[in-house]
Amino acid sequence: MAQPKPQTVFAPWTDPDAKPLIRFRNVTKRFGDFTAIDDLTLDIYEKEFFALLGPSGCGKTTMMRMLAGFESITEGTIELAGQDIAPVPPNKRAVNMMFQSYALFPHLSVWDNIAFGLRREGMEKDRMNTRVEEMLRLTRLERFAKRKPHQISGGQRQRVALARSLAKAPKLLLLDEPLGALDAKLRQDTQFELMDIQEKTGTTFVIVTHDQEEAMTVASRVAVMDEGRLMQVDTPAEIYEQPATTYVADFIGDVNLMKGNADPKEGFVLLDWAPNQPQIKAETSKNFAAGQELHYAIRPEKIAITAEKPAEAPNALQGKVLDIAYLGNISTYHVELPGGQIVKAQTANTRRLANRGFTWEDEVWLSWTATAGVLLES
Amino acid sequence: MRRFALIAIPYAWLLALFLVPFLIVLKISLSDITLAIPPYEPTLDLSAGWEGLKTFFSGLDFENFTFLTTDDLYWKAYLSSLRIGAISTLITLCVGYPIAYGMAQSAPEWRPTLLMLVILPFWTSFLIRVYSWMGILSTEGVLNQFLLWTGLISEPLTILNTPTAVYIGIVYTYLPFMILPIYSALEKLDISLLEAAEDLGCSRLKAFWLVTIPLSRPGIIAGCFLVFIPAIGEFVIPSLLGGSRTLMIGKVLWEEFFNNRDWPVASAVAIILLLILIVPIILFQRNEQKQREAEG
Amino acid sequence: MRRFSWFNATSLTLGFAFLYMPMIILVIYSFNASKLVTVWGGFSTRWYGTLIRNEAFLDAAWVTLQVGVVSSTVATILGTMAAQVMVRAGRFPGRTLFSGMIYAPLVMPEVITGLSLLLLFIGIGLDRGIFTIILAHTTFSMCYVSVVVSSRLVAFDRALEEAALDLGCTHFEAFRLVTLPIIAPAVISGWLLAFTLSLDDLVIASFTAGPSATTLPMKIWSSVRLGVSPEINALSTLMIAVVTIGVVTASLLSKRASIRRQQEEREAFQVTP
Repeated sequence: MAQPKPQTVFAPWTDPDAKPLIRFRNVTKRFGDFTAIDDLTLDIYEKEFFALLGPSGCGKTTMMRMLAGFESITEGTIELAGQDIAPVPPNKRAVNMMFQSYALFPHLSVWDNIAFGLRREGMEKDRMNTRVEEMLRLTRLERFAKRKPHQISGGQRQRVALARSLAKAPKLLLLDEPLGALDAKLRQDTQFELMDIQEKTGTTFVIVTHDQEEAMTVASRVAVMDEGRLMQVDTPAEIYEQPATTYVADFIGDVNLMKGNADPKEGFVLLDWAPNQPQIKAETSKNFAAGQELHYAIRPEKIAITAEKPAEAPNALQGKVLDIAYLGNISTYHVELPGGQIVKAQTANTRRLANRGFTWEDEVWLSWTATAGVLLES
Repeated sequence: MRRFALIAIPYAWLLALFLVPFLIVLKISLSDITLAIPPYEPTLDLSAGWEGLKTFFSGLDFENFTFLTTDDLYWKAYLSSLRIGAISTLITLCVGYPIAYGMAQSAPEWRPTLLMLVILPFWTSFLIRVYSWMGILSTEGVLNQFLLWTGLISEPLTILNTPTAVYIGIVYTYLPFMILPIYSALEKLDISLLEAAEDLGCSRLKAFWLVTIPLSRPGIIAGCFLVFIPAIGEFVIPSLLGGSRTLMIGKVLWEEFFNNRDWPVASAVAIILLLILIVPIILFQRNEQKQREAEG
Repeated sequence: MRRFSWFNATSLTLGFAFLYMPMIILVIYSFNASKLVTVWGGFSTRWYGTLIRNEAFLDAAWVTLQVGVVSSTVATILGTMAAQVMVRAGRFPGRTLFSGMIYAPLVMPEVITGLSLLLLFIGIGLDRGIFTIILAHTTFSMCYVSVVVSSRLVAFDRALEEAALDLGCTHFEAFRLVTLPIIAPAVISGWLLAFTLSLDDLVIASFTAGPSATTLPMKIWSSVRLGVSPEINALSTLMIAVVTIGVVTASLLSKRASIRRQQEEREAFQVTP
């Protein structure tokens, strides 16, 4: 995450006076009968690193292409710095895009690729040289300026694409799956580099990705999309810990979902979720009606796994270990409850030679606190 | 505006120099021959307005087409073209498949060279390639000299100016069209499929029959059409190699036009030839479409 | 797949012998001293001498060259435009007719194309000559060019054009600065194809030439109809030589370029970013 400065927390979306850089107002986009974007309203603020996250076909790429000017808007308006952008053609917008395929011009050198947009602007030679050098330095490409795109590695190409789209100092930079073509190790390093560059240049970044980890890592705010609609727009932590819907809870990370009926009490709710199982106790500030159908979502790492029944745990269930997935840093246990439900619990393997204790068929206790999970309306 | 100009320029060119001429052929095929130059009537006189149109259309009839059915020269020429086209396509397939197969199985570093060798004749003048056979097939030609020398024959064979020479000419000139699509189908074939077939109990020959042939079928079909369609309308090959005894419709059309100067009949011959070709052309397009969809 | 066998070796040898033997024989006989084309009379280059002094052939060659260069250049421009329309323009009224008119000339028998164009030229009262041959050749070769260029355009990453627009190009600048340099190899092979087709064409030229212009194939045709001639053998040899040198050079160059490119790509990945 972009580390907020300790003195002032960067959160313009909480400030009612802040002016958004981009405003989607009831935007709808249809391709024939297919609705790609459905009545979407969204504000993005200056200097934000904003991620559009969703499965393929959710409309995130369409949103980006509308911002860049490659798709028209069927209904509604998009404003950039207070101006309706619909009549502005892509080559006149103060918006640049980094393409998923990078779209580096294969017949031009790295230097000429980066200078391409500046030349179109008619920038004078000296200033252009300075600017290109600056971009090369920013992306650590000085050594490769004379090379052609096919003469550099994938990671370097990615940086050329970034430098080229940043060269014109756009108000807004769009990044379409910018790290999709890189392998896992390189991707991690590049994520931090991207955040670094965003901070240095102060450009507003909008990134499209289907990789939730990537979105969580780089973004100040994440919009989770599905079928052309926004499911939730929030900071990564809020999205993870306070998902608004079961879709979001399920899409981001691993989750146990339990369906049941509410039994509201003072300050907390008891959930009847399975016959012959104790009710789940969940603290909540929301009000639910008695008997209302709810989902209880709890992350596996919030569930402790023990051999003995823990004393004073608000929630404790007994079950049998069905499967163990050892991932090195953590282990995930699939525990089968007597009713046949399966609950996932995760423990960190903090000690190298720890006596892991549990094996298949072991009887174990699962326990968690009253604030560990969230209640979601169906 | 930009898009309009981009579409309009090539569109207008093709309309004026492809579609309109074709409509003229259609119109003339329905007109009567006169001895005047240009030797046909009626002509469309637009200045005469509606009356002009009326005389124009009333002048049209199917007389030329009826004439084609009465003279057996024409339908014999069509049938003979179809037969020669079909037989030479089959021969080309039998000659071309082993070559394509051999190319696909050759070492990868050889393939570009072999491919170039197949394409090279294509860049060489068609006329010259057909002509080169005249010196080989004639009675005193290289082939007869060679055969007489080996003692296989005692009398020179008459090959030039017979349908056999036409078959040889078509197979020779169109062979690259057969090899290339089959080769590109075979080249994509994964050898593990053949190994799987053998692993599952096929003999090599059986694996070839059950795996290689079906998977190269799109290439075979494409190659056959690429040979058959142009062979039907061929003019140069029957004229140079076929002599007067070989009847092919392209040649008939040429003679009708240049020698007899009967333009309406030549046009009618052309229209019928096109009608005959439409079926294989549509089948060919379908095959290509299916290929593209399978790959896309 | 790779399985060496005697069967494959034999079929390749026989196949290529069949493809090349007639041309080799033709080349050999072009150096025959004897006027009797079937009898070997010793080595001589006399037919090349007579050929070069033959004004009619030289005139015809000049006409063919003019027609070839002009028609293939116009055809390349029109064909590239048509390819752009086919691949990029999306839907427009009459699209089906347009693509039909692009593909039809490829399968249309030459006799019909020639006949129809001749009737058009007579109908509008255009004097036949070099100009009409150029019109005719441009029309059918633009379709070939368009097929060659569209197959390249289909594989072209559209994001490259979008990137150019995004960086401030107009549509025409994007085409000139990005699309054209990248599809240039296809455009050049389109031009070469059009040029070869034009050089090669006998039937359509015969219909559209009229009495004032004779192309080289027409000249060859009128001499070979009467039988094999040593001068034509010499001419054919020259033409085969030019084509062979051209094609072999082109393929060697492209092979070298692709090897160099592969090597550079390998090197690029050895250097860690």
